[in-house]
Amino acid sequence: MKKIIKYVILDILRNKIVMSYTVFLLIISFSIFNLEDTAGKGLLSLLNIVLIIVPLVSIIFSTIYIYNSAEFIELMVSQPIKRKTLWLSIFVGLAGSMSLAFFIGAGIPILLFEFSATGITMIATGILLSIIFVAIALLASVCTRDKAKGIGVAILLWFYFSVLFDGLVLFILFQFSDYPIEKFMISVSALNPIDLARVLIILKMDVSVMLGYTGAVFQDFFGSQWGVIIAGIVLSAWAAVPLLLSLGKFNRKDL
Amino acid sequence: MKIFYTTCLLLLSLSFRASATIWKVGKQQNIYSIQQAIDMSKNGDTILVDAGIYFGKNITVNKSIVLKGINHPRLDGEKKYEIISVKANYVIVDGFKLQHSGSSGMDDLAAIKIYNSRDVVIRNNILDDNFFGIYTQYGTNCTIANNQIHAAGNAELQNGNGIHCWKSDSMRIIANKVSGHRDGIYFEFVTNSIIWRNISENNIRYGLHFMFSHNNAYISNIFSHNGAGVAVMYTHGMKMYNNIFEESWGDAAFGLLMKDISDSYIRGNRFIRNTSGIYMEGSSRIVMEKNIFQNNGWAIKMQGSCDDNTVLYNNFSGNTFDISTNSELVLNLFNNNYWDKYEGYDLNRDGKGDVPYRPVSLYSMIIDKNPATAILFRSMIVTLMDKSEKVFPSMIPVDLQDKFPHMKPFPL
Repeated sequence: MKKIIKYVILDILRNKIVMSYTVFLLIISFSIFNLEDTAGKGLLSLLNIVLIIVPLVSIIFSTIYIYNSAEFIELMVSQPIKRKTLWLSIFVGLAGSMSLAFFIGAGIPILLFEFSATGITMIATGILLSIIFVAIALLASVCTRDKAKGIGVAILLWFYFSVLFDGLVLFILFQFSDYPIEKFMISVSALNPIDLARVLIILKMDVSVMLGYTGAVFQDFFGSQWGVIIAGIVLSAWAAVPLLLSLGKFNRKDL
Repeated sequence: MKIFYTTCLLLLSLSFRASATIWKVGKQQNIYSIQQAIDMSKNGDTILVDAGIYFGKNITVNKSIVLKGINHPRLDGEKKYEIISVKANYVIVDGFKLQHSGSSGMDDLAAIKIYNSRDVVIRNNILDDNFFGIYTQYGTNCTIANNQIHAAGNAELQNGNGIHCWKSDSMRIIANKVSGHRDGIYFEFVTNSIIWRNISENNIRYGLHFMFSHNNAYISNIFSHNGAGVAVMYTHGMKMYNNIFEESWGDAAFGLLMKDISDSYIRGNRFIRNTSGIYMEGSSRIVMEKNIFQNNGWAIKMQGSCDDNTVLYNNFSGNTFDISTNSELVLNLFNNNYWDKYEGYDLNRDGKGDVPYRPVSLYSMIIDKNPATAILFRSMIVTLMDKSEKVFPSMIPVDLQDKFPHMKPFPL
């Protein structure tokens, strides 16, 4: 397994896309922190990158990578290697390189400029989001044989998680505005990893505005140790469940 | 002529001093009870009280005397009595520690209460665990200075106010420290008074509270961690200068709450880390100049019932929302402020942005209507909505804009 992981990572590094993604993150993070007056404001601008760019790059790159290495996968399957080992190695290689890219590109500037609870939360959620969207990409690519369709599905999934879902939430909130649905909203936010990550970060960042009644409900949950642990479990589940589903599909897939 | 008057005054005071007696109260002295000393004294005398603990049941000061404690003698109200009642003019109460006054739902029992008197001075006292701290009714020209007032602060009904003035005039409240009371300082029907350099913190309701109190000023005070920093209600002619309002956190918490006030100045204050910096309704002709709004949830919540207010030369930085309002009609002026969220440009380099800034965002209006939408805060869809609303305003009040937003913060 180690050998395959090594091969996947080397292959990704040779690809140069991930390298340029890292450099891009690095340049953006440093310029943001240098442009803004305070490190707190820089963190705020970085939030958008963590919540939009990281999932986008993770999901699309991983999908394309899987399709491009179809021949490699076929070759490997013909060898005496379990399909499970192969698939997990690909996942670990992809997830590892995407998280590493994020950590070097955004994590190190954050640690340098804003070494605080907010900064660390942001790094942790950024890495988790990278892993989650690699897992979702694996699921998307194993479900469709056609490359164009697969990439389309990946983009749609990203669009759903970053925009459409929030639109639906807004709609629900206005339909049920007469009811006390704050607690319900906490469980709804668990249905979208990007939302969950965002809530975790802003509860640390915009403390003042979150102190109204609604904010107090969220703070009560996510601010407590149990809340953070549960949020961490939910985020891990968002990586584990698509991965296991895709693994099951891959095991039975007719290559 | 002036010299003549001064000489007369000097002579008068000298003659007073010549005839004044000093009474000493204490375990080692001939007099043990403060009330006994007061009964024997006459106007202009001084009573010196040695350190120790005294259980006087309601000491009544009905002569113009100086009551001075040495090393803070403790006067204990045993949770039953009002400790000192001042019922004469020109009284000075200095250097006591007053504790455990009675509490009552019927009477406002206080550690020190001033009844219908003028020129009373209450200074350098320590007040601990009292119902009301220092209470003035129908007081004129009294000074309350350098007192430390503390209560346990459990619930609104179990605690009175730290410094409470009712129907008084020309009061001076200077350099006191109040904590753990219902309201730190409370003014009702008080006029022409000044509140200066006080620290009011951790009070259950308000740090400072005005009701129907006109033409007062509060200057250079610090209000922190109160339910709301300062509440000004049904008042006109307020001057609020150089105060610090910080850390008022909670659903109905404000740095400064203004309700139905008019013709007032707010200048040189700092509003830092409050849920809302200023909340105002029904207020008019207020000038807000050169204040700093920093890291608040909302810097100013100005309800539609406010008119003719002017917001000039303020610094807004790090606030989640700058201004929020619930009306589309704009009757107030916001000009020449610095907003850190301003994204415009300054081609002619005069220090003022060339495009106006609209401090009300669509999302701040949405969150005002439906607080649960706070969960979507800083999400992509909200950012998109805000941006498109900025370009084509449809819901936000179009005229609420700063026509000359400054590019750089003011050096305040």
